[in-house]
Amino acid sequence: MRTPILAALLSLVGLPAMACETFTIGNLMIEHAWSRATIGAERPGVLYVEITNTGSADDALVGIATPVAEMPMLHETVVTDGVASMPHAMSVPVPAGQTVALAPGGYHGMLMGLTTTLKEGEGFPVTLTFRDAGEVTVPVEVLSMQAEGPDCEHAGQ
Amino acid sequence: MRTRRAVILGLGGVAGALAFTLGLGAWRSRGTAPATDPRLPLPIAEMDFTLTDQCGATVRPSDWIGRPTMIFFGFTFCPDVCPTTLSDISGWLEDLGPEADRLNVTLISVDPERDTPAVLSDYLANFDPRITGLTGPLAEVERAAAGLRASFEKVPRDGDYTVNHTAGVFLFHPDGRFASIIDYHEDRRFAVPKIRRTLS
Ligand SMILES: [Cu+2]
Repeated sequence: MRTPILAALLSLVGLPAMACETFTIGNLMIEHAWSRATIGAERPGVLYVEITNTGSADDALVGIATPVAEMPMLHETVVTDGVASMPHAMSVPVPAGQTVALAPGGYHGMLMGLTTTLKEGEGFPVTLTFRDAGEVTVPVEVLSMQAEGPDCEHAGQ
Repeated sequence: MRTRRAVILGLGGVAGALAFTLGLGAWRSRGTAPATDPRLPLPIAEMDFTLTDQCGATVRPSDWIGRPTMIFFGFTFCPDVCPTTLSDISGWLEDLGPEADRLNVTLISVDPERDTPAVLSDYLANFDPRITGLTGPLAEVERAAAGLRASFEKVPRDGDYTVNHTAGVFLFHPDGRFASIIDYHEDRRFAVPKIRRTLS
């Protein structure tokens, strides 16, 4: 057990902590863009990110694009009568004054048709398209398959 | 997110309340045979299926009797629900520490077509080593799901397919009696005590 923990700590120290940077476009703040490592490129990857709308007008995330996936799309995990499904989401609302999270168990970017294996510790760009604010490209940090999100407090933010 | 989790917990509340009511009923009518509610999982001793674990060994539900058992459904092509459940479970096992060594913790693949034992082995290497994975003929997975009153459905999607499936985690006492359900992504403050109750 000791070696993997040590390795994990070392890799954290060495990480640029991309997921802890904040990006803005108009009144939108984009934070904590992360993904999970995949086994090969055959299985879909995932994208999680938090969007804060500091403005007074509603906006919506309407699309995602990335060079690592041929068919990225927005999904929402829904549990109905105990059964999980993930219908397509046409858009993810980003209401004025609120933070919306694409997070495990809810909205997520589904990266179908991966062009490469997503490896822990690496990163890839994703372009988020908003209905009103337009496009912004942010780096996505690939965390372990077991990750529940980036640990930004320990990354000094 | 907040709202959605609240809704999920709400559904769990219904299942929990149901299990609690039935538990109370059984206690009240001690001595008489408890009626089997068709909505609740069968006791493990009454389940009947044969699957293969990630090491290639044959597993039958009777193998689980004698230890508390945790069963859930998933598949390795699912990037959101399944890693989240496995990650949650890994966290619960870590909280429980060595006590959790006594548990049978089993993922049953609802996508046996793609999830071979070797695939499950690669996949599970990313999570707590106490979690095992089962796969096998579709008919056997269906028998397992029927015993647990769980459901799954293959759905065509974007030239490929996905599998909708019961997302809760089923808990059983060491003698095989159904104990409770941990709902999808349930907070560890609720999940861990539910597991502890099967360990005592
Ligand atoms: Cu999805």
